[in-house]
Amino acid sequence: MSGKEYRLASAARGGLLFMRGVPGVALGDRVVVRDHGGGRRNGQVIRTSDEVVLIQVLEGTDNLDLERTWVRFLDQPFEIPLSPDILGRVFTGLGQPRDERPPLFSPLKRNVNGAPVNPAARAYPREFIQTGISSVDGLNSLVRGQKLPIFSGSGLPHNRLAAQIVRQARLPGDDSQFAVVFAAMGVSFSDASFFRETFSDSGVLRNVVMFLNLADEPSIERLILPRAALTVAEYLAFDLDLHVLVVMTDMTHYAEALREVATAKGDVPARKGYPGYLYSDLAEIYERAGRIRERHGSITMVPVVSMPSDDITHPIPDLTGYITEGQLVLSRTLNNEGVYPPVDIPPSLSRLMKDGIGKEHTREDHGRLAGQLYASYARALEVRNLASIIGADELSETDQNYLAFAGAFEQRFVGQGEDEDRSVIETLNLAWDLLALLPPEALTRVNEADLAKYHRWQGATTEAP
Amino acid sequence: MGKVVEVNGPLVTIELAGVPTGEQVRIGTLNLMGEVIARHGEHALVQMYEPTESLRPGEPVVALGHPLSVELGPGLLGGIFDGVQRPLLEHARQHGDYVPRGVHIPPLDRNKLWHFEPHPGLDSGTRIEDGAVLGTVQETPTIAHRILVPPGMGGELLDIISAGDVTVDTVVAHVKNRHGEIQELKLFHRWPVRSPRPYRQRDDAVAPLLTGQRILDTFFPLVKGGRAAVPGPFGAGKTIVQQQIARWADADIVIYVGCGERGNELVDILESFPKLTDPNTGRSLMERTLLVANTSNMPVVAREASIYVGATLAEYYRDQGYDVVMVADSTSRWAEALREVAGRLGQMPVEEGYPAYLASRLAAFYERAGRVTTLSGDSGSITLIGAVSPPGGDFSEPVTSHTKEIVKTFWALSKELADARHYPAVDWVESFSGYVASCSGWWAEHVDPRWEAHRATALGILSQADELARIVNLVGPEALSPQQRWALQGVALFKEGVLQQSALDPVDSYCSPQKQFALLDQMLAIYQRGLKMLDQGVPVQELLRLPLLAQAQRLKGSYGNDQLDGLREFATQAESEFNRVSDEYAQHGKASTT
Repeated sequence: MSGKEYRLASAARGGLLFMRGVPGVALGDRVVVRDHGGGRRNGQVIRTSDEVVLIQVLEGTDNLDLERTWVRFLDQPFEIPLSPDILGRVFTGLGQPRDERPPLFSPLKRNVNGAPVNPAARAYPREFIQTGISSVDGLNSLVRGQKLPIFSGSGLPHNRLAAQIVRQARLPGDDSQFAVVFAAMGVSFSDASFFRETFSDSGVLRNVVMFLNLADEPSIERLILPRAALTVAEYLAFDLDLHVLVVMTDMTHYAEALREVATAKGDVPARKGYPGYLYSDLAEIYERAGRIRERHGSITMVPVVSMPSDDITHPIPDLTGYITEGQLVLSRTLNNEGVYPPVDIPPSLSRLMKDGIGKEHTREDHGRLAGQLYASYARALEVRNLASIIGADELSETDQNYLAFAGAFEQRFVGQGEDEDRSVIETLNLAWDLLALLPPEALTRVNEADLAKYHRWQGATTEAP
Repeated sequence: MGKVVEVNGPLVTIELAGVPTGEQVRIGTLNLMGEVIARHGEHALVQMYEPTESLRPGEPVVALGHPLSVELGPGLLGGIFDGVQRPLLEHARQHGDYVPRGVHIPPLDRNKLWHFEPHPGLDSGTRIEDGAVLGTVQETPTIAHRILVPPGMGGELLDIISAGDVTVDTVVAHVKNRHGEIQELKLFHRWPVRSPRPYRQRDDAVAPLLTGQRILDTFFPLVKGGRAAVPGPFGAGKTIVQQQIARWADADIVIYVGCGERGNELVDILESFPKLTDPNTGRSLMERTLLVANTSNMPVVAREASIYVGATLAEYYRDQGYDVVMVADSTSRWAEALREVAGRLGQMPVEEGYPAYLASRLAAFYERAGRVTTLSGDSGSITLIGAVSPPGGDFSEPVTSHTKEIVKTFWALSKELADARHYPAVDWVESFSGYVASCSGWWAEHVDPRWEAHRATALGILSQADELARIVNLVGPEALSPQQRWALQGVALFKEGVLQQSALDPVDSYCSPQKQFALLDQMLAIYQRGLKMLDQGVPVQELLRLPLLAQAQRLKGSYGNDQLDGLREFATQAESEFNRVSDEYAQHGKASTT
């Protein structure tokens, strides 16, 4: 059937093309649409019967003259060729080269949709990744095979943070770098160049595979892009045994493209016009991160999700948070105060931290220390609220200590240079330096042994007079 | 034999004469599994348990002649099955890392030998009723698997094999049923998952389900045979709460249904449970655990089925006279699967896109919980605990609000508590339990008669906390009376010393009821002693400075469940410390007045 072209389009709207009377077309098959100007567009079958076939046209359905539109069914799903030469290449969302080099040829091709990993074949992620960033390593540790998104807002430095993670991520005591798969959906040209320069400056460009769909390019292509990128990541990780870091930006643009198509199809909307299957659809993408038993490689995923109007309860960050293993939330307040990276500590979380830290991975006090920092900072924020009402002078001595702790914690622990690469031990020692502002009886999350070994209370300074 | 007419995502329209709704079908050359959910004239609508990519109109369809069923027999425990009971470990062994399509491996191993011990007193000619015990197989060292006469198969026993090693497929007995037909009974039988299994009668729940979690057992208890929900926004710790229950609950069997959740969470259980021991039996936890896993990236329709598969497996062990806990994480994902199918069927959405039958389906599901007298006269129970994942943490959304009306124990998780790393982040204001009265008898008999009163007092002090905190936020702590400032300290004692519990701390992860009560009693004693001293005129600052307060908050992790002596010793020390302050103040007070 692949050779035959049909001119049976009966309707076109919202990126969807309706074909009448093409029998036996398989769901998910790829099609090529030739329009009256001779232009070629890519499409995929999303509903099929002998009477009507529904095609999602990835470049959109604008300017189609149905009488002069020809459709060829390729009789194969969306596939991407894979070979070790893929490292260092740049592709469009559909896997076509956009680096002026010839297309990749390989006998090995895989369906971009992948297949769900058998949960029984997974290995639990537990290898600590040092990112050199205290707010991540100390409080929200990343482990190999984890998916840890950055929840951000417009104008916040999520791209800089993601780039810093890419530059600095390594296992402690191991200098081997990650292979990077970079998936950009609907980003601006300048953001895309920023990443390319970062990869180039830090010398990892040869280990990077980029998939780019810029803001002015067809939005429906964004539905295929992350799947193509992750198919490459799976190949690198589980065929070539590499540790792969996948950076996807921005998942909000992906979800918006999904909504666009869902609305055109007439799907029942759930929240804010997003289809009810947004959760499952996002999960198909995020769940491709992980580790597999008896395989050396791993896929660690750092997606960027921008929160519309900084609203963490918006369906996209909300559903993402239910699927990913934690989140790093960026704070506009900290950013305005000049703190970089402006990681908002209370709502940030790493679910896989517990098994990636401690004596065997970082240091024995790490888990309790992180819990203590969280608790002390939560208390310090309450004190700060109180101080804004009654004035800092009215605070009790202990509360004064907390107030000092809050400031020091934000400036010295959370805040750091964009090129500052702290070892995890430096991070932990810094945390104890800050806890020296608080008396030992305020530290109920750490144990007596930790206090004896690491805590040096500076209480004397306040009692001096 | 029929054929495919239309493919629309997970819904396939087929042409197949006379196929009833509920029937299992195999579709296409790939042999994909599906279930008929509606009929329209000659056409039937099928929801598919496997991805439908590459399926074409015109491909063949076969009906299997039975509805979605599970295999019930020895060999289930310790296993991990997908949403339609495919054995995932065996799949991984035979087919690698990904779940292939159209592959059907029987859930129970056909080659494994089990030692079958016939029930004493069974002979040719004995009348055996539905649900009677035919014999026993030791499934794990602690669980004796009772081979039951499947409901509907009772009659006159014609023969039964003697003790010996057999496979699940071996015929162990022949029965002549009431229609005079001769039936073969094996170690396993099949049961349709959407039909609850029969029992003799429902009974009242009497015993608490102890989970070793203080905020649950002491403050918002659940009973064996009860139903509970754990709602919470993401990051509030739903999964940890559910896993802690699966770990430590004093049940015989735990069925953990991972419904539309993360794959890594199930791996966590698979890797950690075999190494953990059941505090009640001392055996590996995996021996009593069964996992049903339909992770979020697996087909959405099988997610809808997974809850019923789990409930049927639970009923099967209940019918053998066991106390079963079924944890479903998360019922919201199940409801979303309902919504997705309803949306594709073009059914009218009512609230947030959910179909009108959401509430009744939820209620019917939770109704499968309960304590019953089984057909053979034993007592068994199913406790159902469902996680709920409200979008944006909004408890007024349909799944949470309907669930709240159905369950009797509601463990509401709070984002604020979780952000301050107060775990388990169970909010003591939003949560409730309708089983306190049923449990107080057990606590009085086994632990201490003051349990119910202590619990009420502590909750009373905790509920003052919010109000006091509001005052402090407005005018500062200095504006509070000494009693109020001491009450705030009391709240800190309860929060840190009792309510917070670390799942990661080996000493604190499981807390025996005796230790739970001892900790609660200790914190109350400190609080009440402090109040008395305030009345004597001891300044509150004097009390707040006492180092024993911080020590009391660390007690939970300092003494294990078998070190209650240490707690008693601490109580004595605290008492003498208070006496010392009291005496000192009495002298000092005298000195300053003279």
